[in-house]
Amino acid sequence: MASEYYNPADLRKFGKITEWSEALGEKFFDYYGKVFEEGALSAREKSLIALAVAHVVKCPYCIDAYTKDGLERGITKEEMMEAVHAGAAIESGATLVHGVQMMNKYEKLSM
Amino acid sequence: MATKSLKAREKDLANTNRQLEILNGSLFESGELPFFRDKLTASGHEVLRPHSLEILQINVGYMCNQVCEHCHVDAGPDRKEIMTLETMEECLEVIRTTGAHTLDLTGGAPEMNPNFRWFVEQAAEAGIRDFIVRSNLTIIRANKKYHDLPDFFAKHGVHVVSSLPHYTRGKTDKQRGDGVFDKSIKALQELNKAGYGIPGSSLQLDLVYNPSGAFLPGNQEALERDFKKALKEDFGIEFNSLFTITNLPIARFLDYLIASENYEEYMTALVDAYNPAAVSNVMCTNTISVSWDGWLYDCDFNQMLGLKVNNSVQHIRDFQENLLKDREIVISQHCYGCTAGAGSSCQGVVT
Repeated sequence: MASEYYNPADLRKFGKITEWSEALGEKFFDYYGKVFEEGALSAREKSLIALAVAHVVKCPYCIDAYTKDGLERGITKEEMMEAVHAGAAIESGATLVHGVQMMNKYEKLSM
Repeated sequence: MATKSLKAREKDLANTNRQLEILNGSLFESGELPFFRDKLTASGHEVLRPHSLEILQINVGYMCNQVCEHCHVDAGPDRKEIMTLETMEECLEVIRTTGAHTLDLTGGAPEMNPNFRWFVEQAAEAGIRDFIVRSNLTIIRANKKYHDLPDFFAKHGVHVVSSLPHYTRGKTDKQRGDGVFDKSIKALQELNKAGYGIPGSSLQLDLVYNPSGAFLPGNQEALERDFKKALKEDFGIEFNSLFTITNLPIARFLDYLIASENYEEYMTALVDAYNPAAVSNVMCTNTISVSWDGWLYDCDFNQMLGLKVNNSVQHIRDFQENLLKDREIVISQHCYGCTAGAGSSCQGVVT
């Protein structure tokens, strides 16, 4: 058994998931590749979105991959950190907005 | 940031044999990564041979006013290897007769060679179509005696190619030293003033982008777009093209990779990004590199590794284009740097 759940070297093996389900794997990687092409959003903008989401879903592989991708695209550390804050703000906002549900329930149950 | 070359600091990696030992070392010996030769063979390129000679690249000396962290030349103010007038004359003989359409002067800071201007004047008369000088920009601002370089270049129709790792101060200064960004910006403005890089002008100004760290360059077109926008908006600077160049794992960049524990990952990234389509156009297939002391190499990187051309002709004084074209190009694992992704050369991507 591997001694750890996340091994940085495993990121390179990502493509291997296709070996156990060729049709689905290929569809996924085609889709993935297409998503990050230049489009209505630039590939640079999408790289920053990916970095923010990587933090929100707490994927260490994705964080490594999109930090490197950002460096390759000339994205600055200030831009990267702002993207992470954008993700974090939505994530904490999503928690806090449930506070309204708590308030509703509290009011409903209280005399 | 270091202020002296590896050589002056007597570092292990100032020794080219030590560098080659690492490049041929356990990562490849163990079979973890394939040797470049095996990778070539597997993609149908038995032996790498030159096409016709297009570019003569002459390194007029390793002395430089900067000590950039990634420098593959290990250049710096302490380097004393400078091309003599005699070797320059031998080069001029070749420049006047060669079939190559491009002459490319590099260094170090080529302008620091005491006979640089004389050499440029002579070479400009030789009927070369594209005459490049690789200028690090800060040299133009380093000393009063260099302030007129933009006009000097313009007078001789020189095509200026300059390094700028980023359009922000932080990233540039980290790679090239404090204050380099501001001086580079000023120098670019001076070049613009002399007519360089301006739409409609024949004076060509290109920028070279090297990643400032252990990662590969991104898409050349996208980076050019970002550089153009930022430099124009922030500083009113214009230029023609941006060339992305991959850092090859030799000299100071190799030292950095090892010290920062990025060597294995970087080599793996280069091997993973191997692009057979780039192989046909790597610069060693159309370039000869000449060192400050007149020896011939397949490229500037091989020059820095001390790997002379594998040919009966090895020195500029014996130069014979027809003999040189039959040579087998000397390769090692650093060559993966030129075949990664869209490929890399002194003229940017090759695919």
